[in-house]
Amino acid sequence: MSSLTPDVAVPVAETPGLAVAKTRSWKAPIALGAFVVVSVLLFLVAGRSGDSTFRLSSATDFVKLPNAVLPTRGTDVVLTIVLAVIAVAAAYLVSQYRRVPIWLIAVFGVLFFVAFLTWAGADQSILVPGLLVGSLALSTPLIFGALGGVISERVGVVNVAIEGQLLGGAFVSAVVASVTGSLWAGLVSAMVAGALVSMILAVFSIRYLVDQVIVGVVLNVFVTGLTSFLYSEVLTSNEKLNQGLRFAQVDIPGLSSIPLIGPLFFQQNVVVYLMYVAVAVVFFGLFKTRWGLRLRAVGEHPQAADTVGIRVNATRFWNVSLAGAIAGLGGAFFTLGDLGEFQKSMTAGAGYIALAAVIFGRWDPIRATLAALLFGFASNLQNVLSAVGSPVPSEFMLMLPYVVTILAVAGLVGQSRGPAASGKPYVKS
Amino acid sequence: MSTPTPTTPAPAPAPAPPRDAQASRLLRDIVQSNAMVSVLAVVLALVLSGILIAATDPTVQSTSGYFFARPGDMIQAVWHSVSVAYVSIFQGSVIDFSAYGFAAGIHPLTETLNYAMPLIVAGLGVALAFRAGMFNIGGQGQILMGAAAAGWVGFSFHLPLAIHLPLAIIAGIAGGALWGFIVGFLKARTGAHEVILTIMLNYVALYLVSFMLRTPGLLQAPGSTNPQSPATLPTAILPKLLGPNFNLNVGFLLVIAATIFCSWLLNRSTLGFRFRAVGENPHAARTAGINVKNVYVWAMVLSGALVGIAGATQVLGTLTTGFSSGIDAGIGFDAITVALLGRSRPWGVFGAGILFGALKAGGYAMQAANGVPIDIVLVVQSLIVLFVAAPPLVRTIFRIRQTGSGSPRIRKASSSKTAVVTK
Repeated sequence: MSSLTPDVAVPVAETPGLAVAKTRSWKAPIALGAFVVVSVLLFLVAGRSGDSTFRLSSATDFVKLPNAVLPTRGTDVVLTIVLAVIAVAAAYLVSQYRRVPIWLIAVFGVLFFVAFLTWAGADQSILVPGLLVGSLALSTPLIFGALGGVISERVGVVNVAIEGQLLGGAFVSAVVASVTGSLWAGLVSAMVAGALVSMILAVFSIRYLVDQVIVGVVLNVFVTGLTSFLYSEVLTSNEKLNQGLRFAQVDIPGLSSIPLIGPLFFQQNVVVYLMYVAVAVVFFGLFKTRWGLRLRAVGEHPQAADTVGIRVNATRFWNVSLAGAIAGLGGAFFTLGDLGEFQKSMTAGAGYIALAAVIFGRWDPIRATLAALLFGFASNLQNVLSAVGSPVPSEFMLMLPYVVTILAVAGLVGQSRGPAASGKPYVKS
Repeated sequence: MSTPTPTTPAPAPAPAPPRDAQASRLLRDIVQSNAMVSVLAVVLALVLSGILIAATDPTVQSTSGYFFARPGDMIQAVWHSVSVAYVSIFQGSVIDFSAYGFAAGIHPLTETLNYAMPLIVAGLGVALAFRAGMFNIGGQGQILMGAAAAGWVGFSFHLPLAIHLPLAIIAGIAGGALWGFIVGFLKARTGAHEVILTIMLNYVALYLVSFMLRTPGLLQAPGSTNPQSPATLPTAILPKLLGPNFNLNVGFLLVIAATIFCSWLLNRSTLGFRFRAVGENPHAARTAGINVKNVYVWAMVLSGALVGIAGATQVLGTLTTGFSSGIDAGIGFDAITVALLGRSRPWGVFGAGILFGALKAGGYAMQAANGVPIDIVLVVQSLIVLFVAAPPLVRTIFRIRQTGSGSPRIRKASSSKTAVVTK
């Protein structure tokens, strides 16, 4: 879809009789150029010799792929040249008043990471499935949280409380699953917990017109304090309440034996499969159904929505609650889907990263999901690289995803504009 | 993003009271005033937290089993669990009656001020960004950079106190300001959202400081293998304000000066006026000829600089034996709640910082005295901010009738809100 943008843009610009203001932004070529400079410095000046091995399948896979062995220096030289060519192409496009297509930037990003992994993994072997599976695990709660954020902000309530919704979901799901012995009850209770946190947000921001950012931040502190207090006071002395139950992995027949993709996407647990469903449903619902249209109308122009008979505040209340329920599922992934037992502040800022994914993804469920996947991949990269033993101090490896995000946000995304009425309470006059 | 208009009425609203009943009017005003609502909000937060403490107390739980047979036991247990917790918070934060002598008695109070010091100054930084319409979640990174810079100056130069100490503080301010500048610059130049930038820079600062702390020649203590810096030199340590028996140091005067500065900046200076104008409505500010991009840069630089002072007081006053990457101690995030409770007004932040400092000091005392986890303090803090932000809720709960000056204000505020929505 995005690849169509330049083709569409050109006829518009050439339409006779219409004075179209031509604008061009050099941000993207500059950002890509910065990455090329980094590549030259890292891969050529500080280049390494040897062979980098990419293991494409793990020992237990149904279909074994051969290992890909690449000569480190040669691969990096070729990839750096390709990166430079893409950057020049982007500069050319901008000089012609055309937009740099998103797919080109995506290709650039992937190639940069491949070059980087090749460089870091000289004379080492990198287990590619492990890298990707770990990324998906780290992304799953972020994706749920980002979906909750997208729905809530699209309906006009800024959702800074994602962290609280995740943590609430994690705590309640662990306790309820332990008490009832039913993982499914835990999952449902996580949704209820997330929705409850959301309802506080909704009541205070809709009924009492409190600044939504304030309520969001305060709710995060509140849920952190409450769950930590209950954990120290009740759960530690009563281990039956925090038994650490987990969903088992379910292989989808057929699909799970596809090489590389099968183990990554179709050998997961129920919570991850629910995530796929949630992304699809939210995307479809938001843009193809009456529910989504009303939701977006309320978020963009509440007065217009009110005029055509949509109950603005009720729509906001129930959709913010729904957003919390979805984020609560993400919280359940921390416990039931991943670690088992609840631990103090186990979400560790994931809610804020999910918020960043919402903004990075420009309030679009698919883009926000991709942003969340990027964050998950970036934070998993450090685990893989620390195992490989890379030549750069590990702290700089750990820093890399965040620096890349800053460059990406500053250079490629730029000004992002949220739903028009997001953050503003609606008072009927 | 800006401070909430409907809930922050001007300090002197009151349409002139008509003729009679001045005294009863005054009384009613006190009961209905915002200060009263704030007090009631604190009471409400303490009551709710008390319920939580009581409900999780083992004695209360066991006595609740035979509540209908002997209700007295449970009531006594509830009273005991809650009162012991709150008394120890009070004794740990204000006055310790059990201590000998005046000095030991007010020792907790100085501890409160000591804990409040970084909270206030970091809260001022966050508040300043709020007033310019920006959400600075990057306190952690700014404190780390401030602490690293101040700490480095503090342990590597041998200078007389009169030069060394100011230099170290300035280094801390510069470290925080640099981290704020990156955010402001990128936001102004590229339009990148400050929430993403500050979150990401928190991690960058954390790993950068961790790297420097384990690299000999940068911040690591010579001969040590731990990721920890050398101790701050005595010439760079903030002198104790009340003698050697109290931890409170000269940094507190610095914090008061910072509060006065912020108050002047926001209320009296041209730059502060521009901050507020941009915070209220950047489009209108641009139309009025204000350079919005410059305001973003300056607001973030000053915000980072203030938060950097918190980093400096941490390494030059609170923890002078060498710092690790945990020097932030959650102050960066606490500062957000402090700024919110203080409604982004400098003296409001000052008061909020002292209240939170008291809860922190008292919380540690409570945890040590009777094992109630300090996390309850977070619950109290968040409930206070929540209730203070929603005066109508507090009024409803305590059945305070809102008459006179109150209702037109709400009506005016809500109509202005609608105007914003309709554009």
